[in-house]
Amino acid sequence: MELIKPGFGLVFWTLITFLILLFILRKFAWKPILGAVSEREEGIKDALASAENARKEMENLTADNERILQEARAEREAMLKDARDMKNKIVSDAKDEAQAQASKMIEQAQLAIESEKKAAMAELKSHVAGLSLDIAEKVVRDELSNKDKQLKLVEDMLGEATLN
Amino acid sequence: MRINTFKNIILSALFITTFNIGFASETKEGGDEKEFDANEMIMHHVKDAYGMHIITLNEGKEDEHHISIPLPVILWTDNGLTTFMSSEFHHDYNGKVIVEKNGGRFVNVHEKIYQLNDGESIVSYDAEHHPTNAKMPLDFSITRNVFMMWVSVAVLLFIFFSAARSYRKSENNVPSGLGSFVEPLVVFVRDEIGKPMIGEHKYKKYMPYLLTVFFFIWINNIFGLIPIFNGANLSGNIAFTLTLAFITFVITTFSGNKNYWKHIFWMPGVPVPMKIFLMPIEIIGMFTKPISLMIRLFANITAGHIIILALYSLIFIFKTEFMGLVSVPFALFIGIIEIIVTAIQAYIFTVLSALYFGMATEEAHH
Repeated sequence: MELIKPGFGLVFWTLITFLILLFILRKFAWKPILGAVSEREEGIKDALASAENARKEMENLTADNERILQEARAEREAMLKDARDMKNKIVSDAKDEAQAQASKMIEQAQLAIESEKKAAMAELKSHVAGLSLDIAEKVVRDELSNKDKQLKLVEDMLGEATLN
Repeated sequence: MRINTFKNIILSALFITTFNIGFASETKEGGDEKEFDANEMIMHHVKDAYGMHIITLNEGKEDEHHISIPLPVILWTDNGLTTFMSSEFHHDYNGKVIVEKNGGRFVNVHEKIYQLNDGESIVSYDAEHHPTNAKMPLDFSITRNVFMMWVSVAVLLFIFFSAARSYRKSENNVPSGLGSFVEPLVVFVRDEIGKPMIGEHKYKKYMPYLLTVFFFIWINNIFGLIPIFNGANLSGNIAFTLTLAFITFVITTFSGNKNYWKHIFWMPGVPVPMKIFLMPIEIIGMFTKPISLMIRLFANITAGHIIILALYSLIFIFKTEFMGLVSVPFALFIGIIEIIVTAIQAYIFTVLSALYFGMATEEAHH
Protein backbone atom coordinates (compact mmCIF):
# COMPACT_ATOMS: atom_id res chain seq x y z
CA MET A 1 0.00 0.00 0.00
CA GLU A 2 2.98 2.26 0.59
CA LEU A 3 3.59 2.01 -3.12
CA ILE A 4 0.48 3.85 -4.23
CA LYS A 5 0.62 6.66 -1.69
CA PRO A 6 2.21 9.65 -3.41
CA GLY A 7 4.87 11.23 -1.23
CA PHE A 8 4.37 14.94 -0.76
CA GLY A 9 8.03 15.83 -1.12
CA LEU A 10 8.44 14.09 -4.45
CA VAL A 11 5.28 15.69 -5.84
CA PHE A 12 6.60 19.06 -4.75
CA TRP A 13 10.06 18.63 -6.28
CA THR A 14 8.72 17.00 -9.45
CA LEU A 15 6.34 19.87 -10.04
CA ILE A 16 8.99 22.52 -9.52
CA THR A 17 11.66 20.65 -11.47
CA PHE A 18 9.40 19.84 -14.36
CA LEU A 19 8.08 23.35 -14.72
CA ILE A 20 11.59 24.82 -14.63
CA LEU A 21 12.78 22.20 -17.12
CA LEU A 22 9.83 22.95 -19.36
CA PHE A 23 10.54 26.66 -19.23
CA ILE A 24 14.27 26.34 -19.88
CA LEU A 25 13.97 23.76 -22.64
CA ARG A 26 11.20 25.70 -24.34
CA LYS A 27 13.31 28.81 -24.47
CA PHE A 28 16.74 27.35 -25.18
CA ALA A 29 16.11 24.03 -26.88
CA TRP A 30 12.70 23.49 -28.44
CA LYS A 31 12.40 26.93 -29.97
CA PRO A 32 15.78 26.88 -31.72
CA ILE A 33 15.54 23.21 -32.72
CA LEU A 34 11.97 23.29 -34.02
CA GLY A 35 12.63 26.68 -35.58
CA ALA A 36 15.69 25.40 -37.38
CA VAL A 37 13.93 22.24 -38.51
CA SER A 38 10.91 24.05 -39.89
CA GLU A 39 13.13 26.72 -41.44
CA ARG A 40 15.09 24.02 -43.21
CA GLU A 41 11.93 22.30 -44.33
CA GLU A 42 10.63 25.59 -45.68
CA GLY A 43 13.94 26.06 -47.44
CA ILE A 44 13.72 22.64 -49.06
CA LYS A 45 10.13 23.27 -50.06
CA ASP A 46 11.07 26.64 -51.58
CA ALA A 47 14.03 25.16 -53.40
CA LEU A 48 11.86 22.42 -54.88
CA ALA A 49 9.21 24.94 -55.88
CA SER A 50 11.73 27.21 -57.54
CA ALA A 51 13.29 24.27 -59.36
CA GLU A 52 9.84 23.37 -60.61
CA ASN A 53 9.28 26.96 -61.66
CA ALA A 54 12.59 27.04 -63.47
CA ARG A 55 11.67 23.85 -65.28
CA LYS A 56 8.32 25.31 -66.31
CA GLU A 57 9.97 28.51 -67.44
CA MET A 58 12.42 26.49 -69.47
CA GLU A 59 9.53 24.65 -71.05
CA ASN A 60 7.83 27.93 -71.79
CA LEU A 61 11.00 29.27 -73.34
CA THR A 62 11.33 26.27 -75.61
CA ALA A 63 7.71 26.57 -76.58
CA ASP A 64 8.21 30.27 -77.27
CA ASN A 65 11.23 29.57 -79.42
CA GLU A 66 9.28 27.02 -81.37
CA ARG A 67 6.44 29.45 -81.81
CA ILE A 68 8.70 32.28 -82.91
CA LEU A 69 10.42 30.00 -85.42
CA GLN A 70 7.03 28.93 -86.73
CA GLU A 71 5.96 32.54 -87.05
CA ALA A 72 9.15 33.49 -88.84
CA ARG A 73 8.71 30.65 -91.23
CA ALA A 74 5.13 31.63 -91.93
CA GLU A 75 6.17 35.23 -92.43
CA ARG A 76 8.83 34.26 -94.90
CA GLU A 77 6.32 32.16 -96.72
CA ALA A 78 3.90 35.08 -96.85
CA MET A 79 6.57 37.47 -98.04
CA LEU A 80 7.62 35.15 -100.80
CA LYS A 81 4.02 34.75 -101.86
CA ASP A 82 3.52 38.51 -101.86
CA ALA A 83 6.57 39.01 -103.96
CA ARG A 84 5.45 36.43 -106.41
CA ASP A 85 2.02 38.01 -106.63
CA MET A 86 3.53 41.41 -107.06
CA LYS A 87 5.73 40.22 -109.88
CA ASN A 88 2.84 38.61 -111.65
CA LYS A 89 0.76 41.72 -111.25
CA ILE A 90 3.47 43.99 -112.51
CA VAL A 91 4.07 41.82 -115.52
CA SER A 92 0.38 41.57 -116.38
CA ASP A 93 -0.10 45.30 -115.81
CA ALA A 94 2.75 46.08 -118.12
CA LYS A 95 1.36 43.75 -120.68
CA ASP A 96 -2.07 45.36 -120.48
CA GLU A 97 -0.64 48.83 -120.73
CA ALA A 98 1.47 47.96 -123.73
CA GLN A 99 -1.53 46.43 -125.40
CA ALA A 100 -3.60 49.53 -124.74
CA GLN A 101 -0.84 51.80 -125.97
CA ALA A 102 -0.39 49.80 -129.10
CA SER A 103 -4.07 49.70 -129.95
CA LYS A 104 -4.33 53.44 -129.29
CA MET A 105 -1.42 54.12 -131.61
CA ILE A 106 -2.92 51.92 -134.27
CA GLU A 107 -6.21 53.75 -133.99
CA GLN A 108 -4.51 57.12 -134.26
CA ALA A 109 -2.57 55.91 -137.23
CA GLN A 110 -5.76 54.74 -138.93
CA LEU A 111 -7.42 58.10 -138.20
CA ALA A 112 -4.46 59.94 -139.63
CA ILE A 113 -4.39 57.69 -142.62
CA GLU A 114 -8.13 58.27 -143.19
CA SER A 115 -7.84 62.06 -142.99
CA GLU A 116 -4.73 62.03 -145.15
CA LYS A 117 -6.61 59.89 -147.60
CA LYS A 118 -9.57 62.30 -147.56
CA ALA A 119 -7.32 65.31 -148.03
CA ALA A 120 -5.42 63.58 -150.80
CA MET A 121 -8.67 62.58 -152.45
CA ALA A 122 -9.98 66.18 -152.29
CA GLU A 123 -6.74 67.55 -153.66
CA LEU A 124 -6.71 64.90 -156.32
CA LYS A 125 -10.30 65.79 -157.28
CA SER A 126 -9.56 69.49 -157.62
CA HIS A 127 -6.31 68.69 -159.46
CA VAL A 128 -8.09 66.29 -161.76
CA ALA A 129 -10.79 68.90 -162.32
CA GLY A 130 -8.20 71.50 -163.19
CA LEU A 131 -6.34 69.03 -165.44
CA SER A 132 -9.55 67.91 -167.10
CA LEU A 133 -10.46 71.52 -167.60
CA ASP A 134 -7.13 72.29 -169.15
CA ILE A 135 -7.31 69.17 -171.33
CA ALA A 136 -10.86 69.86 -172.31
CA GLU A 137 -10.03 73.48 -173.05
CA LYS A 138 -7.16 72.43 -175.28
CA VAL A 139 -9.27 69.73 -176.98
CA VAL A 140 -12.28 71.92 -177.37
CA ARG A 141 -10.21 74.91 -178.56
CA ASP A 142 -8.74 72.78 -181.20
CA GLU A 143 -11.81 71.01 -182.24
CA LEU A 144 -14.63 73.23 -181.51
CA SER A 145 -15.42 76.79 -182.25
CA ASN A 146 -18.67 77.07 -180.75
CA LYS A 147 -17.67 77.70 -177.25
CA ASP A 148 -21.12 77.53 -175.81
CA LYS A 149 -21.97 74.22 -177.30
CA GLN A 150 -18.69 72.75 -176.12
CA LEU A 151 -19.02 74.16 -172.58
CA LYS A 152 -22.41 72.55 -172.37
CA LEU A 153 -20.91 69.28 -173.41
CA VAL A 154 -18.06 69.55 -170.79
CA GLU A 155 -20.45 70.42 -168.07
CA ASP A 156 -22.47 67.31 -168.83
CA MET A 157 -19.38 65.24 -168.84
CA LEU A 158 -18.18 66.70 -165.51
CA GLY A 159 -21.60 66.08 -164.04
CA GLU A 160 -21.25 62.49 -165.01
CA ALA A 161 -17.69 62.40 -163.56
CA THR A 162 -18.84 63.71 -160.16
CA LEU A 163 -21.51 61.12 -160.04
CA ASN A 164 -19.00 58.43 -160.53
CA MET B 1 30.29 4.00 -36.58
CA ARG B 2 27.66 5.82 -34.60
CA ILE B 3 25.29 2.87 -34.72
CA ASN B 4 28.05 0.67 -33.31
CA THR B 5 28.71 3.02 -30.43
CA PHE B 6 25.03 3.19 -29.71
CA LYS B 7 24.76 -0.59 -29.76
CA ASN B 8 27.67 -0.86 -27.37
CA ILE B 9 26.03 1.57 -24.97
CA ILE B 10 22.82 -0.40 -25.01
CA LEU B 11 24.60 -3.69 -24.56
CA SER B 12 26.73 -2.47 -21.69
CA ALA B 13 23.68 -0.89 -20.06
CA LEU B 14 21.96 -4.23 -20.37
CA PHE B 15 24.95 -5.99 -18.95
CA ILE B 16 25.10 -3.74 -15.92
CA THR B 17 21.34 -3.95 -15.48
CA THR B 18 21.29 -7.68 -15.54
CA PHE B 19 24.21 -8.34 -13.31
CA ASN B 20 24.08 -5.59 -10.75
CA ILE B 21 20.46 -5.12 -9.98
CA GLY B 22 20.54 -8.43 -8.21
CA PHE B 23 22.56 -7.12 -5.33
CA ALA B 24 19.73 -7.15 -2.90
CA SER B 25 20.21 -4.74 -0.10
CA GLU B 26 18.58 -6.79 2.56
CA THR B 27 20.30 -6.17 5.83
CA LYS B 28 21.31 -8.77 8.26
CA GLU B 29 20.51 -8.10 11.83
CA GLY B 30 23.03 -9.37 14.29
CA GLY B 31 25.10 -12.36 13.37
CA ASP B 32 22.22 -14.75 12.76
CA GLU B 33 21.31 -15.86 9.28
CA LYS B 34 18.16 -13.92 8.55
CA GLU B 35 15.53 -15.45 6.33
CA PHE B 36 15.55 -13.76 2.91
CA ASP B 37 12.47 -11.64 2.47
CA ALA B 38 11.95 -11.10 -1.27
CA ASN B 39 8.98 -8.86 -0.71
CA GLU B 40 10.88 -6.52 1.54
CA MET B 41 13.90 -6.42 -0.76
CA ILE B 42 11.79 -5.65 -3.80
CA MET B 43 9.72 -3.00 -2.07
CA HIS B 44 12.84 -1.39 -0.76
CA HIS B 45 14.20 -1.18 -4.30
CA VAL B 46 11.05 0.07 -5.89
CA LYS B 47 10.30 2.72 -3.30
CA ASP B 48 12.02 5.99 -2.63
CA ALA B 49 14.90 6.27 -0.14
CA TYR B 50 16.73 9.00 1.72
CA GLY B 51 20.22 8.08 0.58
CA MET B 52 21.76 6.73 -2.60
CA HIS B 53 22.78 3.29 -1.40
CA ILE B 54 25.29 1.70 -3.77
CA ILE B 55 26.58 -1.48 -2.17
CA THR B 56 26.96 -3.24 1.17
CA LEU B 57 30.35 -4.83 1.85
CA ASN B 58 30.93 -7.74 4.21
CA GLU B 59 27.24 -8.15 4.63
CA GLY B 60 26.18 -9.77 7.89
CA LYS B 61 29.68 -9.69 9.37
CA GLU B 62 31.19 -7.61 12.14
CA ASP B 63 32.73 -5.07 9.80
CA GLU B 64 29.64 -4.65 7.64
CA HIS B 65 30.14 -1.51 5.60
CA HIS B 66 27.73 0.42 3.41
CA ILE B 67 28.82 2.55 0.51
CA SER B 68 26.25 5.21 -0.27
CA ILE B 69 25.87 8.84 -1.22
CA PRO B 70 24.23 10.81 1.61
CA LEU B 71 21.48 13.17 0.58
CA PRO B 72 19.95 16.09 2.48
CA VAL B 73 16.84 15.56 4.55
CA ILE B 74 14.65 18.64 4.64
CA LEU B 75 11.70 18.68 7.05
CA TRP B 76 9.16 21.28 8.00
CA THR B 77 8.32 20.66 11.64
CA ASP B 78 6.53 22.57 14.37
CA ASN B 79 9.88 24.17 15.17
CA GLY B 80 10.39 25.31 11.60
CA LEU B 81 12.82 24.09 8.97
CA THR B 82 15.00 21.15 10.04
CA THR B 83 17.75 19.78 7.84
CA PHE B 84 20.40 17.11 8.21
CA MET B 85 22.15 14.57 6.02
CA SER B 86 20.63 11.15 5.49
CA SER B 87 23.92 9.57 6.62
CA GLU B 88 22.98 10.47 10.21
CA PHE B 89 20.60 7.52 10.19
CA HIS B 90 23.59 5.21 9.56
CA HIS B 91 21.62 3.30 6.96
CA ASP B 92 18.99 2.34 9.47
CA TYR B 93 15.42 2.28 8.24
CA ASN B 94 13.90 0.28 11.01
CA GLY B 95 13.34 3.17 13.41
CA LYS B 96 16.28 2.28 15.66
CA VAL B 97 18.59 5.26 15.11
CA ILE B 98 17.19 8.47 16.52
CA VAL B 99 18.46 11.75 15.11
CA GLU B 100 18.02 14.76 17.38
CA LYS B 101 17.82 18.03 15.50
CA ASN B 102 16.21 21.39 16.15
CA GLY B 103 14.41 20.13 19.26
CA GLY B 104 12.86 17.11 17.53
CA ARG B 105 13.68 13.39 17.50
CA PHE B 106 13.50 11.77 14.06
CA VAL B 107 13.55 8.15 13.00
CA ASN B 108 13.53 6.44 9.62
CA VAL B 109 10.85 3.76 9.49
CA HIS B 110 10.91 2.02 6.11
CA GLU B 111 12.17 5.11 4.34
CA LYS B 112 9.59 7.38 5.92
CA ILE B 113 10.76 9.92 8.44
CA TYR B 114 8.71 10.17 11.62
CA GLN B 115 9.05 12.72 14.38
CA LEU B 116 8.68 11.17 17.83
CA ASN B 117 6.16 12.79 20.07
CA ASP B 118 7.62 14.89 22.90
CA GLY B 119 9.16 12.83 25.65
CA GLU B 120 9.33 9.59 23.66
CA SER B 121 12.71 8.02 23.06
CA ILE B 122 11.78 4.77 21.33
CA VAL B 123 9.30 3.99 18.58
CA SER B 124 6.40 1.73 19.35
CA TYR B 125 4.41 0.07 16.61
CA ASP B 126 0.89 -1.10 16.15
CA ALA B 127 -0.08 -4.46 14.69
CA GLU B 128 0.50 -3.27 11.11
CA HIS B 129 3.95 -1.97 11.98
CA HIS B 130 2.93 1.68 11.92
CA PRO B 131 4.52 3.89 14.55
CA THR B 132 1.96 4.84 17.20
CA ASN B 133 3.86 7.50 19.12
CA ALA B 134 5.20 9.53 16.23
CA LYS B 135 3.88 11.76 13.48
CA MET B 136 5.13 12.54 10.01
CA PRO B 137 6.47 16.05 9.45
CA LEU B 138 6.13 17.74 6.07
CA ASP B 139 8.94 16.17 4.09
CA PHE B 140 10.83 18.09 1.39
CA SER B 141 13.87 15.82 1.47
CA ILE B 142 16.12 15.43 -1.51
CA THR B 143 15.51 11.71 -1.75
CA ARG B 144 17.27 9.48 -4.24
CA ASN B 145 14.41 9.94 -6.67
CA VAL B 146 14.66 13.72 -6.46
CA PHE B 147 18.41 13.44 -6.80
CA MET B 148 18.10 11.21 -9.88
CA MET B 149 15.50 13.53 -11.31
CA TRP B 150 18.00 16.37 -11.12
CA VAL B 151 20.69 14.20 -12.66
CA SER B 152 18.29 13.43 -15.49
CA VAL B 153 17.53 17.13 -15.86
CA ALA B 154 21.25 17.85 -16.11
CA VAL B 155 21.61 15.17 -18.77
CA LEU B 156 18.60 16.49 -20.69
CA LEU B 157 19.88 20.04 -20.55
CA PHE B 158 23.29 18.90 -21.76
CA ILE B 159 21.83 16.90 -24.64
CA PHE B 160 19.42 19.53 -25.86
CA PHE B 161 21.65 22.52 -25.28
CA SER B 162 24.38 20.97 -27.36
CA ALA B 163 21.78 19.96 -29.95
CA ALA B 164 20.48 23.53 -30.12
CA ARG B 165 24.04 24.82 -30.30
CA SER B 166 24.85 22.56 -33.24
CA TYR B 167 22.03 24.25 -35.16
CA ARG B 168 23.28 27.69 -34.27
CA LYS B 169 26.77 26.82 -35.41
CA SER B 170 25.74 25.47 -38.78
CA GLU B 171 24.96 27.92 -41.53
CA ASN B 172 22.09 26.14 -43.20
CA ASN B 173 20.33 24.64 -40.16
CA VAL B 174 21.93 21.26 -40.57
CA PRO B 175 22.64 19.72 -37.18
CA SER B 176 25.77 17.84 -36.22
CA GLY B 177 26.74 15.54 -33.37
CA LEU B 178 24.06 15.24 -30.70
CA GLY B 179 21.83 17.48 -32.75
CA SER B 180 21.65 14.98 -35.58
CA PHE B 181 20.92 12.27 -33.03
CA VAL B 182 17.98 14.01 -31.35
CA GLU B 183 16.51 15.64 -34.42
CA PRO B 184 14.69 12.52 -35.66
CA LEU B 185 13.23 12.09 -32.17
CA VAL B 186 12.08 15.69 -31.98
CA VAL B 187 10.64 15.49 -35.47
CA PHE B 188 8.97 12.22 -34.52
CA VAL B 189 7.23 13.85 -31.56
CA ARG B 190 6.14 16.69 -33.81
CA ASP B 191 5.00 14.68 -36.84
CA GLU B 192 3.71 11.50 -35.22
CA ILE B 193 2.33 12.86 -31.96
CA GLY B 194 1.72 16.60 -32.10
CA LYS B 195 0.38 17.05 -35.61
CA PRO B 196 -1.96 14.04 -35.91
CA MET B 197 -3.31 14.23 -32.35
CA ILE B 198 -3.86 17.96 -31.98
CA GLY B 199 -4.09 19.12 -35.56
CA GLU B 200 -2.01 21.09 -38.00
CA HIS B 201 -3.13 24.50 -36.78
CA LYS B 202 -2.92 24.23 -33.01
CA TYR B 203 -0.13 21.76 -32.28
CA LYS B 204 2.61 24.38 -32.07
CA LYS B 205 1.43 25.71 -28.72
CA TYR B 206 1.68 22.28 -27.11
CA MET B 207 4.97 21.14 -28.60
CA PRO B 208 7.21 22.32 -25.73
CA TYR B 209 5.15 20.38 -23.21
CA LEU B 210 4.93 17.24 -25.34
CA LEU B 211 8.65 17.25 -26.09
CA THR B 212 9.63 17.93 -22.50
CA VAL B 213 7.34 15.31 -21.05
CA PHE B 214 8.38 12.74 -23.65
CA PHE B 215 12.11 13.08 -23.05
CA PHE B 216 11.72 13.58 -19.30
CA ILE B 217 9.79 10.34 -18.90
CA TRP B 218 11.98 8.44 -21.32
CA ILE B 219 15.27 9.37 -19.74
CA ASN B 220 13.97 8.64 -16.26
CA ASN B 221 12.66 5.29 -17.44
CA ILE B 222 16.13 4.53 -18.74
CA PHE B 223 17.80 5.75 -15.56
CA GLY B 224 15.51 3.47 -13.61
CA LEU B 225 17.11 0.54 -15.41
CA ILE B 226 20.68 1.54 -14.64
CA PRO B 227 21.52 -0.22 -11.38
CA ILE B 228 24.55 1.82 -10.45
CA PHE B 229 22.00 4.46 -9.50
CA ASN B 230 20.52 1.74 -7.32
CA GLY B 231 17.62 1.45 -9.71
CA ALA B 232 16.11 4.76 -8.69
CA ASN B 233 12.56 4.13 -9.73
CA LEU B 234 11.44 7.70 -10.35
CA SER B 235 9.06 7.14 -13.27
CA GLY B 236 7.65 4.14 -11.41
CA ASN B 237 6.81 6.33 -8.45
CA ILE B 238 3.21 7.37 -8.21
CA ALA B 239 4.12 10.84 -6.96
CA PHE B 240 6.01 11.48 -10.17
CA THR B 241 3.34 10.14 -12.51
CA LEU B 242 0.66 11.94 -10.48
CA THR B 243 2.41 15.26 -10.98
CA LEU B 244 2.84 14.83 -14.73
CA ALA B 245 -0.72 13.59 -15.15
CA PHE B 246 -1.90 16.56 -13.12
CA ILE B 247 -0.09 18.97 -15.44
CA THR B 248 -1.70 17.28 -18.44
CA PHE B 249 -5.08 17.63 -16.72
CA VAL B 250 -4.50 21.33 -16.02
CA ILE B 251 -3.44 22.04 -19.60
CA THR B 252 -6.40 20.08 -20.98
CA THR B 253 -8.87 21.88 -18.73
CA PHE B 254 -7.52 25.32 -19.47
CA SER B 255 -7.34 24.82 -23.20
CA GLY B 256 -10.85 23.38 -23.38
CA ASN B 257 -12.97 25.38 -25.82
CA LYS B 258 -16.72 25.86 -26.02
CA ASN B 259 -17.16 22.68 -28.00
CA TYR B 260 -15.27 20.64 -25.40
CA TRP B 261 -17.35 21.88 -22.48
CA LYS B 262 -20.53 21.44 -24.47
CA HIS B 263 -19.65 17.81 -25.03
CA ILE B 264 -19.19 17.37 -21.31
CA PHE B 265 -22.22 19.18 -19.93
CA TRP B 266 -24.77 19.07 -22.76
CA MET B 267 -23.85 16.43 -25.29
CA PRO B 268 -25.06 17.60 -28.70
CA GLY B 269 -27.02 15.30 -30.98
CA VAL B 270 -28.71 13.11 -28.37
CA PRO B 271 -32.14 13.40 -26.70
CA VAL B 272 -32.47 15.40 -23.50
CA PRO B 273 -32.71 12.44 -21.05
CA MET B 274 -29.53 11.08 -22.62
CA LYS B 275 -27.85 14.46 -22.20
CA ILE B 276 -28.63 14.39 -18.47
CA PHE B 277 -27.47 10.80 -18.23
CA LEU B 278 -24.19 11.47 -20.04
CA MET B 279 -23.25 14.56 -18.06
CA PRO B 280 -21.96 12.79 -14.91
CA ILE B 281 -20.19 10.19 -17.04
CA GLU B 282 -18.41 12.88 -19.01
CA ILE B 283 -17.49 14.73 -15.84
CA ILE B 284 -15.99 11.56 -14.38
CA GLY B 285 -14.25 11.06 -17.72
CA MET B 286 -12.45 14.38 -17.32
CA PHE B 287 -10.69 12.92 -14.29
CA THR B 288 -10.31 9.30 -15.31
CA LYS B 289 -8.23 10.29 -18.33
CA PRO B 290 -5.33 11.78 -16.36
CA ILE B 291 -5.73 9.13 -13.65
CA SER B 292 -5.30 6.42 -16.28
CA LEU B 293 -2.15 8.22 -17.45
CA MET B 294 -0.85 8.25 -13.91
CA ILE B 295 -1.56 4.59 -13.23
CA ARG B 296 -0.37 3.32 -16.60
CA LEU B 297 3.11 4.78 -16.35
CA PHE B 298 3.49 3.95 -12.66
CA ALA B 299 2.29 0.37 -13.03
CA ASN B 300 4.27 -0.44 -16.16
CA ILE B 301 7.59 0.78 -14.87
CA THR B 302 7.15 -0.58 -11.35
CA ALA B 303 5.99 -3.93 -12.69
CA GLY B 304 9.11 -4.22 -14.84
CA HIS B 305 11.33 -3.56 -11.84
CA ILE B 306 9.41 -6.03 -9.70
CA ILE B 307 9.63 -8.78 -12.31
CA ILE B 308 13.38 -8.44 -12.73
CA LEU B 309 13.96 -8.32 -8.98
CA ALA B 310 11.64 -11.25 -8.38
CA LEU B 311 13.54 -13.33 -10.91
CA TYR B 312 16.80 -12.64 -9.10
CA SER B 313 15.14 -13.31 -5.76
CA LEU B 314 14.57 -16.86 -6.93
CA ILE B 315 18.31 -17.44 -6.50
CA PHE B 316 18.10 -16.41 -2.86
CA ILE B 317 14.81 -18.15 -2.21
CA PHE B 318 16.07 -21.47 -3.53
CA LYS B 319 19.47 -20.81 -1.96
CA THR B 320 21.33 -22.21 -4.94
CA GLU B 321 23.56 -20.53 -7.49
CA PHE B 322 22.25 -22.83 -10.21
CA MET B 323 18.98 -21.00 -10.09
CA GLY B 324 20.97 -18.26 -11.79
CA LEU B 325 20.91 -20.34 -14.95
CA VAL B 326 17.18 -19.79 -15.02
CA SER B 327 16.96 -16.35 -13.47
CA VAL B 328 19.61 -14.59 -15.49
CA PRO B 329 18.34 -15.48 -18.98
CA PHE B 330 14.81 -14.63 -17.96
CA ALA B 331 15.87 -11.38 -16.36
CA LEU B 332 17.92 -10.57 -19.44
CA PHE B 333 14.88 -11.18 -21.59
CA ILE B 334 12.70 -8.97 -19.40
CA GLY B 335 15.52 -6.42 -19.33
CA ILE B 336 15.45 -6.15 -23.11
CA ILE B 337 11.69 -5.80 -23.04
CA GLU B 338 12.05 -3.12 -20.38
CA ILE B 339 14.37 -1.13 -22.63
CA ILE B 340 11.64 -1.13 -25.27
CA VAL B 341 9.05 -0.31 -22.62
CA THR B 342 10.99 2.80 -21.56
CA ALA B 343 10.37 4.29 -24.98
CA ILE B 344 6.87 2.91 -25.40
CA GLN B 345 5.59 4.25 -22.10
CA ALA B 346 7.09 7.68 -22.74
CA TYR B 347 5.44 7.59 -26.16
CA ILE B 348 2.06 6.49 -24.80
CA PHE B 349 2.02 9.15 -22.11
CA THR B 350 2.84 11.81 -24.68
CA VAL B 351 0.40 10.52 -27.29
CA LEU B 352 -2.48 10.38 -24.84
CA SER B 353 -1.67 13.82 -23.45
CA ALA B 354 -1.66 15.14 -27.00
CA LEU B 355 -4.92 13.33 -27.71
CA TYR B 356 -6.57 14.99 -24.70
CA PHE B 357 -5.30 18.39 -25.82
CA GLY B 358 -6.65 17.63 -29.28
CA MET B 359 -10.06 16.73 -27.85
CA ALA B 360 -10.09 19.88 -25.75
CA THR B 361 -9.33 22.13 -28.70
CA GLU B 362 -11.35 20.33 -31.37
CA GLU B 363 -13.79 22.54 -33.23
CA ALA B 364 -17.39 21.45 -33.65
CA HIS B 365 -17.73 19.50 -36.88
CA HIS B 366 -20.87 19.98 -38.85
